[in-house]
Amino acid sequence: MKVKVTINGVAYERDVQPRTLLAYFLRESCGLTGTHIGCDTSSCGCCVVVMDGGRAVKACAMFAVQADGHEIMTVEGLANGGTLHPLQQGFWDQHGLQCGYCTPGMMLTSYALLKQNPNPSEAAIREGLAGNLCRCTGYQNIVKAVQQAAEKMREPVSAR
Amino acid sequence: MIPAAFEYVRAHSPDEALAQLQKHGADARVLAGGQSLIPAMRFRLARPAVLVDINGISSLDYIRVTDGTLSVGAIARDSAVEHSSWIADRKWSLLHDVSRVVADPVVRQTGTIVGSLCHNDPAGDWTAAALAARASVVVRGKSGARTLAIDDFLVDSFTTAVSDGEMALEVRFPVPDDRSAGSYQKVERKVGDFATAAAAVQVSLGADGTLRTAGVALSAAGPCAVRVDEAERLLVGQKPGADLIRAAAAAAAKKSAPQGDLRGSVAYKKNLAGVLVARGLRQAFERLGVKI
Repeated sequence: MKVKVTINGVAYERDVQPRTLLAYFLRESCGLTGTHIGCDTSSCGCCVVVMDGGRAVKACAMFAVQADGHEIMTVEGLANGGTLHPLQQGFWDQHGLQCGYCTPGMMLTSYALLKQNPNPSEAAIREGLAGNLCRCTGYQNIVKAVQQAAEKMREPVSAR
Repeated sequence: MIPAAFEYVRAHSPDEALAQLQKHGADARVLAGGQSLIPAMRFRLARPAVLVDINGISSLDYIRVTDGTLSVGAIARDSAVEHSSWIADRKWSLLHDVSRVVADPVVRQTGTIVGSLCHNDPAGDWTAAALAARASVVVRGKSGARTLAIDDFLVDSFTTAVSDGEMALEVRFPVPDDRSAGSYQKVERKVGDFATAAAAVQVSLGADGTLRTAGVALSAAGPCAVRVDEAERLLVGQKPGADLIRAAAAAAAKKSAPQGDLRGSVAYKKNLAGVLVARGLRQAFERLGVKI
């Protein structure tokens, strides 16, 4: 089946089997390996991407054909050229990662969360990330990273 | 874990979806949120030959309250209920509670209420809530639509009254009166895990302070969610009190018929079902301003 998906602003047209999961489509058909596959059964959140600008989805529980005609944002779409996205900078500054495996999913879930709620409480961040598992950090620094990013993203663009 | 091959069909209207479902009969499944179906296909627990994707049918994406009924369309997401403006009213507290503990916040942005009912997982959340809230489901097929009480809709594990060539279009919840409240109590090992046990409770009080109606249901307590009719009978007509709560909880523990697994033994889960019904009743009464 032919699918046309806009990923990080770039149109990708590919011929896929309907059973191809979005996570595998991104990694294997499009070469965007920043989207990680963890549990493969929608439990861990490693594969989260953002659909149509604001909805976080687990790419292992969605078929690529379902993304036909839609926009997907992956971790590769966060940075603007050489400038890290405030979420990436937050994870860097606050040591929000150790092995880094869960990080793309953490950042994309946070991206959607901050779109919906630019000024979340600590509890709202923890709740929003409840579907993303991390085995290294103990989560404290991930929460701090998102808090830092949220603050940065609330500033007017000129002040960044 | 790649699903078995299937044919993918995108429906743009309920009629189109039904035509496809009737064409393919037992080989076809509806794809709504897919948050249960797709993992099941990956485990090869489900191997539909045809998937009819209804996500493009925008006319099924609604949540509306009319004529004393809350209607939720087939592709309304869990998160849409969770973030509805009316949900904070105590009479909707059962649905509010459920909408915040189904799977995890990301899955809830894709998963649907009707899809969850159709999946009818023994440990599902919406199934128990629908029983306690006395919901009904609108099912459409070749010869028109029929409305089924949720008790008749839920048949067995992963089985509903939806026949081949039919689809569930909507779930309806009666709007509870103002002196109503509910509660959903769930014990899970981690966010997103299936319930070890869960209890849904919905009550309303009459002018004299006695219980006018009561709905009590359990999840992870049998082949599919189960109504605790004995607890409901005990509650109706009585004044809320500690002894009454104990009796209802005992009825729930008795009714619970769980499977022992890594989440707990049969004895533990039966006991837990009673504990959760007691907690749920206490919370519902508290929400109604009744001190026990």
